[in-house]
Amino acid sequence: MIALILRDLRLAIRSGGGFGLGLAFFLLVVVLVPLGVGPEPATLAKIAPGILWVGALLSCLLSLDRIFALDFEDGSLDLLATAPMPLEGVVAAKTLAHWLVTGLPLTLAAPVLAVLLNLPGQGYSWLVASLALGTPALSMIGVFGASLTVGLKRGGLLLSLLVLPLYVPTLIFGAEAVRRGAMGMEAGTPLLLMAGITAGSVALLPFASAAAIRVNLR
Amino acid sequence: MQVQGVSCARGGVTVLDGVSFTLEPGQALVLRGPNGIGKTTLLRTVAGLQPAIAGKVSLPPETLAYAGHADGVKATLSVAENLAFWAAIHGQGGVDGALLAMNLGQLRDRAAKNLSAGQRRRLGLARLIVTGRPIWLLDEPTVSLDSDSVALFGAVLRGHLAEGGAALIATHIDLGLPEARVLDLTPYKARAPQAGQSRDAFAEAVE
Repeated sequence: MIALILRDLRLAIRSGGGFGLGLAFFLLVVVLVPLGVGPEPATLAKIAPGILWVGALLSCLLSLDRIFALDFEDGSLDLLATAPMPLEGVVAAKTLAHWLVTGLPLTLAAPVLAVLLNLPGQGYSWLVASLALGTPALSMIGVFGASLTVGLKRGGLLLSLLVLPLYVPTLIFGAEAVRRGAMGMEAGTPLLLMAGITAGSVALLPFASAAAIRVNLR
Repeated sequence: MQVQGVSCARGGVTVLDGVSFTLEPGQALVLRGPNGIGKTTLLRTVAGLQPAIAGKVSLPPETLAYAGHADGVKATLSVAENLAFWAAIHGQGGVDGALLAMNLGQLRDRAAKNLSAGQRRRLGLARLIVTGRPIWLLDEPTVSLDSDSVALFGAVLRGHLAEGGAALIATHIDLGLPEARVLDLTPYKARAPQAGQSRDAFAEAVE
């Protein structure tokens, strides 16, 4: 399993797209919003939690269609399916690799970019906490969508349509936790609900994804 | 390995019906038949990548190594890195031996995207060696190989059989295995559905 994670990380770094793409997109969104909305600090502070979360979600979405499509095209997925490692393990390893390439850098970059949006000081710890707890769910749900659409030519659009509704609860609770935290209110409840979604999807979706891949390989 | 009365389908159409054979350690079985007869479909069914419509494939678990049309080679990894990955997945070593066996020693640090088609195929076949699995399922293993490489692979295959391995091979050319049995799939061809008998979703929707 470690071998698969290391291979995916190596591929992401070598092909250049993986690490840079999501992060660059996040940066663009966060930089462009103040230009579009205007420079009033109060307005920016108000929309900052939502913008940061939407930006993180869209950057995550950007790299989803590559997760299994490349392995399907070059035959690796067939070979992984006949390897000793269970397909559920393959899914879990690829999810972790995807999170390390997108979710983790986003979480680390978010506090720096939040300065541009004038996020109030007490919101920073909630921002990092909510992204750290929420982005694994984004990766896991995304991997599930990718395994449903593996083998489809140009499955990217279908993938986005499948995955976006499933992302909504995470987005709502994540942005709400940051908003409450930034306003100095109690933010534990939305954070815990979001952590619950993450725990549930990480526990169940590897099995669903593996089943979907088995069907799609036929 | 035993295959009993297996029927398999491709794209919803049954292509082969009632295929039976056994494969003992040290044996090779060559599948023959015209294009489209269902050699690849049969191999994928035996590999467990798709279910058989009828019949049974019985074999000890975790003994198969499948090599399809695609080599499973990652373009941005080097030759040695590609092999080391598959060796690690199967919990095996022996990368250097496999490189040597398929005459890839000179290319070990070359990125796989810079390999020729034949060199890529040799890398894909070297992967079989590092899986350490006894039963090889080979789908047209000699595509884009030159005659020297075919002979090289024939020697590797003979070595594998001599060590008690087995191989099921779909191929059109002679691999230099005089002892291999040949199974012609033509008699197992499923009867084509008669005109008007096949119903697809579109026809049903129109009705």
